Amino acid sequence: MDQTPPRLPPEPAGVAPTVGALFRGFLALGLMGFGGVLPLARRMLVEERRWLGAAEFADLLGLCQFLPGGNVINLSVAVGLRFRGVPGAAAALAGLLAAPSVVVVVLGAVYDRFAEDPAVRHAFAGLAAAAAGLLIGLAAKLVWPLRRQPVPAGLAVLCFLAIAVFRVPLLPALLVLAPFSVLLRHWGRA
Amino acid sequence: MSAPLPGLALLFAELSLLAFGGGNSVLPEMQRRMVDVHGWMTAAQFNALFGLAQAAPGPNMMVVTLLGWRLAGVWGALVATAAMFGPSSLVTGIALRAWERFRHAPWRRAVQAGLVPVTAGLVSAGAAVVAATAAGTLSLAGVAVAAAALSIATKLHPLWLLGLGAAFGLSGMGFD
Repeated sequence: MDQTPPRLPPEPAGVAPTVGALFRGFLALGLMGFGGVLPLARRMLVEERRWLGAAEFADLLGLCQFLPGGNVINLSVAVGLRFRGVPGAAAALAGLLAAPSVVVVVLGAVYDRFAEDPAVRHAFAGLAAAAAGLLIGLAAKLVWPLRRQPVPAGLAVLCFLAIAVFRVPLLPALLVLAPFSVLLRHWGRA
Repeated sequence: MSAPLPGLALLFAELSLLAFGGGNSVLPEMQRRMVDVHGWMTAAQFNALFGLAQAAPGPNMMVVTLLGWRLAGVWGALVATAAMFGPSSLVTGIALRAWERFRHAPWRRAVQAGLVPVTAGLVSAGAAVVAATAAGTLSLAGVAVAAAALSIATKLHPLWLLGLGAAFGLSGMGFD
């Protein structure tokens, strides 16, 4: 799809950002991203501020996707920690969350204030339906690659039924399904 | 709607450590606990707040901050946010130090690949649970399907789709 000729990824600047710079960098990121901050995170970290090389970014992202928690949340912690230890991690995480937290509470206050108004209620019903639609789109994108793999697809269906239909609590469901899925994967390879 | 701070802290700390594949995978559990287990809000209220949070910038789990704020004010927002993002961040910090050692380990690839179908199932469950109430009428189901189709088939910014959904709702078509 991408027709632009391959160009060398920018080199990292080689200068460790300060705690303040980490806060400001992730603050800007938190303000910009709507429905997916990850592509913007790459641009900010690798291309604009050049804190990380492309390979280093991919490596850290691999770790962050492996662990529980949001990818970009974990990425902010890992980047902060790498450059400035615990204060850096705290600054990066706080920067990332500061603006969205304020925005979301302001939106909540507006909703509270006008929730009785039928027009506002209808608008929010439409908004919630569209948000559900975006989630359906995301789920479809995650499920589609599994369509030719009967075992992973079956596990995804099992997981869906347990959580959505039978409303099994997440902790026991994960304790059974996750090791089962990993073991199947392991045996399938052997 | 109100909830005790320790209850909020425990709930979100647990979800923080279970959020494999990102925040959306714990969405159905979040709704189940908020609505069915604790009775802190109705499913419709949960979905309205989820929709609202999707319209905010930043990482996609800001609904946690909003839920904390709705249930226990400013302290609720702070406690919920810290509980949702703190424990997983701690794990990240610890894992970062060991990453060099386990990055190329065969079990790491098996675990990561094994979690893919689980995440797909969990996010699908989240979509179904949210859609069950958020798309309860025929016209709202139409909005959800249209938003899903457009998000898959086009590169339209999600904010446009949320805005179009809100505008359609505002037009009042197909309501009560």
